[in-house]
Amino acid sequence: MSENTQKPLLQVRDLKQHFPVSSGLFRKKMGAIRAVDGISFDVYPGETLGIVGESGCGKSTTVRSIAQLYKPTSGSVIFDGLDLCNATEQEMLDVRKNIQMIFQDPYASLDPRMTVRSIIAEPIVIYNKRHMLEKQMSNRDIEDRVEYLMERVGLNKAFKNRYPHEFSGGQRQRIGIARALALQPKIILADEPVSALDVSIQAQILNLLGDLQKEYGLTYIFIAHDLAVIQHISTRVVVMYLGKVMEISEAVELYDNPLHPYTKALLSAAPIPDPDIERKRQRIILTGDVPSPDKERIGCYFYDRCPNKHPYCATHIPPLLDIKDNHQVACWLYDKGKLE
Amino acid sequence: MVFAMPSTLNRRISCRRKKMSLSPNAKVVLDVRDLKTYFKTDAGVVKAVDGVSFTIHENETLGIVGESGCGKSVTNLSIMRLISDPPGKTVGGQVLFEDKDILKLPESEMRNIRGNKVSMIFQDPMTSLNPFLRISTQMIETIRLHEKDISKDEALKRSIEMLKLVGIPSAEKRIFCYPHQFSGGMRQRVMIAMALSCKAEVLIADEPTTALDVTIQAQILELIQKLSKELGTAVIIITHDLGVVAGMCDKVCVMYAGKIVEKALTDDLYARPAHPYTEGLIASVPRMDTASKNKRLFSIEGQPPNVIDLPPCCPFHPRCHKCIEVCRHAYPAVKDLGNEHSVACWLYASQDEIDKAMEGVR
Repeated sequence: MSENTQKPLLQVRDLKQHFPVSSGLFRKKMGAIRAVDGISFDVYPGETLGIVGESGCGKSTTVRSIAQLYKPTSGSVIFDGLDLCNATEQEMLDVRKNIQMIFQDPYASLDPRMTVRSIIAEPIVIYNKRHMLEKQMSNRDIEDRVEYLMERVGLNKAFKNRYPHEFSGGQRQRIGIARALALQPKIILADEPVSALDVSIQAQILNLLGDLQKEYGLTYIFIAHDLAVIQHISTRVVVMYLGKVMEISEAVELYDNPLHPYTKALLSAAPIPDPDIERKRQRIILTGDVPSPDKERIGCYFYDRCPNKHPYCATHIPPLLDIKDNHQVACWLYDKGKLE
Repeated sequence: MVFAMPSTLNRRISCRRKKMSLSPNAKVVLDVRDLKTYFKTDAGVVKAVDGVSFTIHENETLGIVGESGCGKSVTNLSIMRLISDPPGKTVGGQVLFEDKDILKLPESEMRNIRGNKVSMIFQDPMTSLNPFLRISTQMIETIRLHEKDISKDEALKRSIEMLKLVGIPSAEKRIFCYPHQFSGGMRQRVMIAMALSCKAEVLIADEPTTALDVTIQAQILELIQKLSKELGTAVIIITHDLGVVAGMCDKVCVMYAGKIVEKALTDDLYARPAHPYTEGLIASVPRMDTASKNKRLFSIEGQPPNVIDLPPCCPFHPRCHKCIEVCRHAYPAVKDLGNEHSVACWLYASQDEIDKAMEGVR
């Protein structure tokens, strides 16, 4: 792909996000939940980077750390040459304009007491007040912009004085998208934007996101647990497990040729809506559940559930190995010398 | 794409299904006829379930698919008689189980069937177990409620057996845990063990895997399939996931706005969807195995209808891409397409029927 010659828009380097767990009378620090435990990847302009994994694997924490909604424990997030983890408040304010989020739950992510107009206009109003927009906007301009955005995402602009509860789930997700678009961001972090929606509505929202990307040249980081959705929308895919990256690859390559045992299991577990295929498929059923991310690990994070485990894996953390262009995997199976 | 895995994998489990063609004289376990459940609200009458009929034979798995609010859960709550009255009421229809209409049984007899012969697994394993009681207490209670003459020790032994059957490691110890000590997938296993502990003849699973991850979902579906085969239980699976239906079910009912719009054998439904809604539903799901990439998905425009005071026409017509004039005026009759495939859509009606329906309008 030509993307490697491009400069990445966003670079994540060894990002760690640990949440302290304290207990006892004096709230003594007992340990930490290692939600994200050292991950690195690049995001190139104009692409959609899909992040996939089971619940609790740190997908949401990753994007929230990128947006600096949590202060990362260590590591760096470099956007436009600026390390967001060490940025000042003023610098952050400037950058946030370019990084917007869409959330999973369209019911919880909109303020029930605000009208649709004020929800979509809020980011514009905030930046307008601080004179941080390219050109100062009048109230009339803001009004026009809100109406334009509503129409663009497929909402009737006559509804702008209504409240979120008057809309269905799919329409609310459209409001969330309009709000994310309001400041013309460069990158949108979409945290499971279609998981709460019905199938027919899910298709509408996926199409809308695709259209918007073409129209505005947006870059997405797109989280989902549905592998088919990820395949449909992504250029490249990151597979996460227990706060670690297991595999990064171009989407087509990943689905045709999964390397990591976890990716293979994940792909084989996802149901395909076709009875013929379903009946003939070989499934790898993983045993057990995802372990708790509360202790430091010395071996492969997937060791407990891996069907191909090897004694060496228990004591050595595999690095991300380059298998071919744009395909990296963190598994000792692909470093044969080590397993001998 | 078939996921062929290296033969070194010892966890290789083939996903075989029961034979599609059931012997014609398989016993009908549950026969639902023209079931109607309405809810009275201030805004009007919600016809959540409006004339639903289906049958299920022993050893068979039936899928009920539809979007949220289409009445798939209410259908099954009505069968179990768990609709709270008021506001809801099952106003018509019959549910025949063992030649008796269970809608007319006195509550005392119903308690004997509910949870015993007809069992249910709920969507949310977090909220369907009592957090204050040990798993052992809850399981023993279930068993002893339905089998009065069994001792506590025996019930405990049976519970441990059931937990082992659903694959809970060191069941002898784990049975004395509280629900919060189990993960989501484990809790769902406990629910299944409880549901099957009385050797139910019909198991109703209401979105059993929606709250679970894909790898856990695969485990649970495999388990339900295995158990239903071993114990000969008939299973009704309610889901919105067409992938789950394709893998699990022998027959499928597609529901929309309180009515079954299409009923067919699973293979037929996916190969030849008759109703435009089914067609749209299947086409709008992105698929991993085909190159749907970068193409737009087919999408059913608009929103699911509000089921309050629906006009007497096809409820799908505002979203239908094949809508014709008569769809706006009358509800289509159910048309039999042969091979257990039936559909409620005007596209399959004869011109005479359409003319007749249109006459009534004018």
